[in-house]
Amino acid sequence: MKAIVSVIGKDKKGIIAKVSGALYDMDVNIEDISQTILQEYFTMIMSVEICENAPRFDVIKSNLDELGQKIGVQIQIQLKSIFDSMHNISLSKSN
Amino acid sequence: MYSTSEILETINMVSHQHLDVRTITLGVSLFDCITDSPKRTAEKIYDKLMKKAGNLVKTGNDISGEIGVPIVNKRIAVTPVSLVSASSKGHMEIIKTLDKVADETGIDFLGGYSALVHKAMTPYEKEFLLSIPEALSTTKKICSSVNVATSKAGINMDAVKLMGKIVKDCAYLTRDNDSIACAKLVVFANAVEDNPFMAGAFLGSGEDDAVVNVGVSGPGVVKVALEQVDGDLTQVAEVIKQTAFKITRVGQLVAREAANRLGVSYGIVDLSLAPTPVVGDSVAHILEEIGLESVGACGTTATLALLNDAVKKGGIMASNHVGGLSGAFIPVSEDAGMIKAAENGLLSLEKLEAMTAVCSVGLDMIAIPGDVSPEIISALIADEIAIGVVNTKTTAVRVIPVYGKKEGETATFGGLLGEAPIMPINRSDPSKFVNRGGRIPAPLHSNKN
Repeated sequence: MKAIVSVIGKDKKGIIAKVSGALYDMDVNIEDISQTILQEYFTMIMSVEICENAPRFDVIKSNLDELGQKIGVQIQIQLKSIFDSMHNISLSKSN
Repeated sequence: MYSTSEILETINMVSHQHLDVRTITLGVSLFDCITDSPKRTAEKIYDKLMKKAGNLVKTGNDISGEIGVPIVNKRIAVTPVSLVSASSKGHMEIIKTLDKVADETGIDFLGGYSALVHKAMTPYEKEFLLSIPEALSTTKKICSSVNVATSKAGINMDAVKLMGKIVKDCAYLTRDNDSIACAKLVVFANAVEDNPFMAGAFLGSGEDDAVVNVGVSGPGVVKVALEQVDGDLTQVAEVIKQTAFKITRVGQLVAREAANRLGVSYGIVDLSLAPTPVVGDSVAHILEEIGLESVGACGTTATLALLNDAVKKGGIMASNHVGGLSGAFIPVSEDAGMIKAAENGLLSLEKLEAMTAVCSVGLDMIAIPGDVSPEIISALIADEIAIGVVNTKTTAVRVIPVYGKKEGETATFGGLLGEAPIMPINRSDPSKFVNRGGRIPAPLHSNKN
């Protein structure tokens, strides 16, 4: 199952390490990653694959939410299908 | 991989612009529950609805959590109860059963305590209609609708006359709660069979056994997109179209996913801009963003026509099946901009009536003084219904004569139903017209001028 993880918040050390560590622990594989700093805000977008042995989606979601609160950034995970629907018209697959 | 700006656009639409899916409405046919025993019919209805809709709320919440878009309401729409109870005459047992189902499934509203009397009423249908005030005043989540006209049959003025009295009875029976029963009752012309919106949802006779219909929303998203537009009205229409496309795609995704998980068929997406009373979620504010000082000003009908048309054009390509009421809604009590304009005397009942000729759906959630006569309410209904019949579109009236309150006061309904300033209405007497009864013949469908 493909999903997008978005991390938004004030820039500080170790955000990528902590988020990617948490994903690794939950058996979520990072396939692509991009990050920018807009003004002083850190924005990271990760394209991930939720692997077979991963916990249920709502558990991953609440774990990430908890981590976000701990390190002071907003972390969201959403199925990739919502972005496919809104931003992609492609003849090569059904949306 | 999507660009950061695309991902953020979606996230901002939800977090700052009130993008939501207004409702997943599960339509369930009750034709196979008909028996000649009130008790047995009610039992069969209970079993079927619990089987089909038992998981509706959980399914909606799961999908919402996974895609990160709120799904505000989960609703059920059933076959018009007047058809289901015609043999057993057990409508009062059915209303208790529907109330129990609404409670146990945890859904927000259940629609379909309805009758289709656009040409004539059977004696039983008349008895059924007279039960509506009790049904709506003794339950919280049940909604009722009555179709009193179609473009092909004309207007059943006997039914229109009766509805004036029924609206007044609903108001009286819920007099301690600002006559809230009236907010759950809609009078229709050209009612549609797959509407996911309340209070007018029911499942028509041409529909599947169980079907998911979805209503989208997002006036706030359109308003924010228009804030960036400095160009002419062609550009305004283009931006609305593109925004409506994106909003509708969300609805399409949710409808397909919900139908899959519930194991029922996927019906339609209703291309709607439905406001809520929250600031930043108003259709009126879109019209003001296009360039009116206040909704209700001259230019309101034209800007609304542009908005309504562009929403449909954008949405129609985004979904493979479009239906329901599809258009911009203008419920006064549910829209912060409409409430303000009505309070300031800038939005009149007459202007609202004109607006309904170019948008969806009708005179919706309008509070009027409690001492208005049933005949005036019937005549108000007749006017709005005539607009729908002549223009071959759905129109509706959901009017609340707030018991014990006068013009200038406010009625408060709470939640999505909001609050409404009580508006002045023309008191000149239409009784002779209303009391004539009979039918207004169907209009000519050619030589249109």
